[in-house]
Amino acid sequence: MSLLDYFRQSKPEATAKQAKERLQIIVAHERNQRNGPDYLPDLQRDILEVIKKYVAVEQDDVKVSLDNRSEELSVLELNITLPDNR
Amino acid sequence: MSKVVVVTSGKGGVGKTTSSAAIGTGLALSGFKTVIIDFDIGLRNLDLIMGCERRVVYDFVNVIKGESNLNQSLIKDKRVDNLYVLPASQTRDKDALTKEGVQTVLDNLREMEFDFIICDSPAGIETGAIMALYFADEAIITTNPEVSSVRDSDRILGMLSSKSLRAEQGLEPVREHLLLTRYDPSRVNRGDMLSVEDVEEILAIPLLGVIPESQAVLKASNSGEPVILDDESDAGKAYRDAVDRLLGKEVDFRFLTEEKKGLLSRLFGA
Repeated sequence: MSLLDYFRQSKPEATAKQAKERLQIIVAHERNQRNGPDYLPDLQRDILEVIKKYVAVEQDDVKVSLDNRSEELSVLELNITLPDNR
Repeated sequence: MSKVVVVTSGKGGVGKTTSSAAIGTGLALSGFKTVIIDFDIGLRNLDLIMGCERRVVYDFVNVIKGESNLNQSLIKDKRVDNLYVLPASQTRDKDALTKEGVQTVLDNLREMEFDFIICDSPAGIETGAIMALYFADEAIITTNPEVSSVRDSDRILGMLSSKSLRAEQGLEPVREHLLLTRYDPSRVNRGDMLSVEDVEEILAIPLLGVIPESQAVLKASNSGEPVILDDESDAGKAYRDAVDRLLGKEVDFRFLTEEKKGLLSRLFGA
């Protein structure tokens, strides 16, 4: 590296900020899954396969979550984002 | 009553064994009868870090299988009173550790009136890691300020709150402590490294200690002396502070800011 390069060097991107943001997202996501039953990821995959037969959706477009409201009531929530142009 | 403390992380190479050796030695230096158990079956390394590798005759698995008694397997430290090491076995048998076996050994150690039983966990989330954390009263989550380490630490926190004995029996949860290792304040200042506050915010557990990146750690492992015995070094001092905090003392955090270098040391890299 020449002396000129040293002065020309622009301030580097603060990658730590990126690291923190990425971690916050993935950790929150994984904590959510952790609280659910073990079959939830498989169920999500199967549902995705079925929907894919009819509509072009991506992995991220299908969200499955299980909400344990009380001892007797659990709600299986399915949130599918369909593409704009069918 | 004995306190069982697991030193764990999920990710490998973040400093579990270095920290187990340092903290165990620190507790013994503070006058507590302490044993450090190597749970990394098949990849024994605590003995090297503690400098007792030539003195291993019987190991943890021998005790579990009844091939030796606990007294034969415990290695008494030659430098520090009240300090013992229970080495891992080099067997390739994955199922060498059982909950019942580990339970029996811990019960015997409790009978021998150990104040602290430090469980040095293997990396990963397989049997060995689960066995190391299963009986824990407290957990030291060793983490590097780096994405994969932080994520794996969070995984382990999940294990502690679901797979531990305390979780299974609905007892008071395992007390969790964050130990941040290989911390480099100058890189944090430059925005290249996650800060203490960043990691605390993501993992949301109380901070036990911050160990600065230090030449002393490699030197210590080279010579088989726990780094805490190097009381000249920043890392050694930082581990002493962490031990004091583990014992409930309030200690200010050190080595969190960049050391100001003079012109001469900048030029000559001292």
